[in-house]
Amino acid sequence: MTRLVIRGARLLGADPADLLVEDGVITEVGSVSAPSDAEVLDADGLVALPGLVDLHVHLREPGREDAETIATGSAAAAAGGFTAVFAMANTSPVTDTAEAAERVLDLGRACGLTEVVPVGAVTKGLEGAELAELGLMARSRAKVRVFSDDGHCVHDARIMRRALEYIKPFGGVVSQHAQDPRLAGREACCHEGEVSGRLGLPGWPGIAEESIVARDVMLARHTGSRIHVAHVSTAGTVEVIRWAKAQGIDVTAEVTPHHLVLTTDLLLGYDPVYKVNPPLRPTEDVEALRAALADGTIDAVATDHAPHARHDKEHAFVDAAFGMLGLETALSVVSDVMVRTGLLDWADVARVMSTAPARIGGLAHQGRELAVGSPAHITLVDPDREVTVDAAASRSRSRNNPWHGRTLHGAVLATVHAGRVTHDVRNGAGTRRELTNATTSGADL
Amino acid sequence: MPCPDLSAPDQSSTDRSSIPEDARDVMSEGDISRALRRIGHEILERNKGSEGLVLLGIPSRGVPLARRLAACIEEVEGTAVPVGELDITLHRDDLRRNPVRTAHRSRIPAGGIDDQVVVLVDDVLYSGRTIRAALDALSELGRPRAVRLAVLVDRGHRELPIRADHVGKNLPTSSAERVHVRVAEVDGLDIVRISGGDAR
Amino acid sequence: MTKHLISSADLSRAEVEDILETAASMHDLQRREVKKVPTLRGRTVINFFFEDSTRTRSSFEIAGKWMSADTINLSAKGSSTSKGESLRDTAMTVDAMAVDALVIRHHASGACHQVAQWVRCSVINAGDGTHEHPTQALLDAYTLRTRLGDLDGKHVVIVGDLTHSRVFRSNVITLKTLGARVTVVAPPTLMPSGIGAWSAADGFATSWDLDPVLDGEGEHGPVDAVMMLRVQRERMSGGYFPTAREYTVGYGLTRDRLERLVARNDDVLVLHPGPMNRGLEIAPEAADSPQSVVLDQVSAGVAVRMAVLYHLLAGEDTPAPMPASATEGAVR
Repeated sequence: MTRLVIRGARLLGADPADLLVEDGVITEVGSVSAPSDAEVLDADGLVALPGLVDLHVHLREPGREDAETIATGSAAAAAGGFTAVFAMANTSPVTDTAEAAERVLDLGRACGLTEVVPVGAVTKGLEGAELAELGLMARSRAKVRVFSDDGHCVHDARIMRRALEYIKPFGGVVSQHAQDPRLAGREACCHEGEVSGRLGLPGWPGIAEESIVARDVMLARHTGSRIHVAHVSTAGTVEVIRWAKAQGIDVTAEVTPHHLVLTTDLLLGYDPVYKVNPPLRPTEDVEALRAALADGTIDAVATDHAPHARHDKEHAFVDAAFGMLGLETALSVVSDVMVRTGLLDWADVARVMSTAPARIGGLAHQGRELAVGSPAHITLVDPDREVTVDAAASRSRSRNNPWHGRTLHGAVLATVHAGRVTHDVRNGAGTRRELTNATTSGADL
Repeated sequence: MPCPDLSAPDQSSTDRSSIPEDARDVMSEGDISRALRRIGHEILERNKGSEGLVLLGIPSRGVPLARRLAACIEEVEGTAVPVGELDITLHRDDLRRNPVRTAHRSRIPAGGIDDQVVVLVDDVLYSGRTIRAALDALSELGRPRAVRLAVLVDRGHRELPIRADHVGKNLPTSSAERVHVRVAEVDGLDIVRISGGDAR
Repeated sequence: MTKHLISSADLSRAEVEDILETAASMHDLQRREVKKVPTLRGRTVINFFFEDSTRTRSSFEIAGKWMSADTINLSAKGSSTSKGESLRDTAMTVDAMAVDALVIRHHASGACHQVAQWVRCSVINAGDGTHEHPTQALLDAYTLRTRLGDLDGKHVVIVGDLTHSRVFRSNVITLKTLGARVTVVAPPTLMPSGIGAWSAADGFATSWDLDPVLDGEGEHGPVDAVMMLRVQRERMSGGYFPTAREYTVGYGLTRDRLERLVARNDDVLVLHPGPMNRGLEIAPEAADSPQSVVLDQVSAGVAVRMAVLYHLLAGEDTPAPMPASATEGAVR
């Protein structure tokens, strides 16, 4: 039996308590006398959250291992406090078959630092024309429940309708990258507004997202199915989702950390590190997103972690790749702009970064209350730790980090995945415990 | 061989700084006017008349001086002599040592300079580099029959084999000294003063 | 003087005026038998055109050669960029050959700004995507000043596909720098996004209706010059306007419109950056009228580009951006 005692953690920010973990399950909460063979993790005053769950990451394997692998992405996830990540399907080849999904699952398990849950494509090859083998992916060992063509929009209304109907038997959900290609084409890269006008960059108007979301919530209602809106970026989209929820439509939504902070005028220097899809928006949208996350209209934070090899970003802005890193900084950003400002407390953070995404993604064993019987997926946070982000000090293989040089307040100091410590920097920067890559024994906890 | 102090504003043309208190006069308004009249006569004498003469002033103070010389010559000979301006900025050899200087248009009289006797006119002759640049500029505009040089003040310290044909005043100076020329058309008064020297 | 010319906003009013003054002396060269000055002898200028343009490139090439610089033309086709090399690697490779200036035309807005972060030499923007074309704005200003004198208070109207026009963006800046009043006219589909806030912030007027502006009605006031911008026929497939004839009726400089303009002011000038779509945005009668200064613009192009090369390269090496107050009046 492996034992771990976490000493003096403040569960969801409440009074300190100890946790006893045995064979990956929490067996005692309160005042624990440590068994002699137990590893002791001193969490003196750290906030304990259920392990964070990210509904939206790009791990690039198979196909672009130069930018990230499942191993390096898992390491970055563990460093960010994530005990589960949903790996998007836009790999090469695309994850549109059971075999491809199982391959991603197995690679994640072999690494063992976080739970890697494959997302299945909605359409074959992400081409938007024919449904992928949604049922086979759902029945596979990967038990795919979240389907997404992310990177691309499922823009054909008929295909979207069929997909929503087809996933009902196995409780699936479509995560839609909302971008009407006729309103915002592939070259669109800057919020359509004064900045795009001045800079001569192809505009990406908010309506291209809002019109798709409006259509999709109506389709969800019509089909009685479930829709999830990926990376919400505009106030208009928030309005649509708020209305839809009021109607009882089964819609959920996520927002990225960067859309909670970074604004479109950062593009004035044409730095491709700020190029992302959907693009950074003006302050009004950022403020609406924060309010929506606080009031529950937006259910979850998801990073859309998108690593890119350096040379793919070192092009002219319109030619550079879209995307930003996010796993390692997500919690710090949310702590800095949502908790310190009083918009969320730590219980809310647990909700939006763990419980809600686990529920949306269908992971019954993640995002659970830190209580006896729950699997030991635990994230330990120092709410006051000041962090100046250094892009070079990253577990990711890539360096396209928009937070470089910024000082954030709040940081993940340790992560426990299925009872194993996968990340520990409690003694200051650079002090890390050796992490063993022992395979967990097959069963999900 | 002493070099002109490059950190000080250069000796000719564009120096508009105010003259130091301890400067002493070397040419009064009257001296200047007499010198110019004499130079005008010398030009005519050397050229045996005004036929084929073209006066080109080097901006900025060489230009009004050239006009005054032309007026003198017209008064004496009864014929008008073509007058123009020769901008030498693009041919300077010290461009890379200073912030970039705006170039201005040269104004070459309608008859051009081919086969003419061009008299370059400037206020001060010092290292000779300005005149070297002027000769280069001229060579791109045509082929004069001859080129001569008239200056109000020659202060010595040549760095190139250049000499003036007509000199208003020879003024031996030390390179620590500064010569200040002011002409009415540009500065509102006519005076030549000298400052510096033992004050170092 | 700034080390780069990437945006028209890089130049203060004094700098613009110095460049135009120098351009006047450069312009005289065109009438001479020996079209050469030695000023940039030994300097190396690379014209790196990632996007085709015979007229702008030959204008820069002539400008460099008349200044006695060594000028070399590189095009993207066949360069390593077409083989997938990143823009950064391409720029740094050329820069490593110790060139003095890179004149760049690129299909991507902001490309010159980005390249300037990576290289040590001077960068001159010869047109980056739909962003800016500073030397075009300078030659337009030169042409206007030659005919109209000082531009303070003069009213210039720019008409056409503003959304996709770098000529418009640079011209608005330079004209405002020189004190001119600017009105821009386009159908709503060809007005850049955010134009409301942008025009308010930068002090120029906008209109969807050409005739009241040309007639000088009301707040618009009399017109001193009209600049017609090229409209690409391909824009019809993007839904920007239905047909060429509808565009011409609404926004073209037709013979009628020219006659009305001339009746009000026969000194009015007609400009066009070229190449012209005769019959679309500009009637042949207007293009060939006495008011048209289109050929003057071309002739000015070489002189202005010579002046830009001169102002960037002839003086002492400047470190990257000098504050404006240090450069004004530093010309001696």
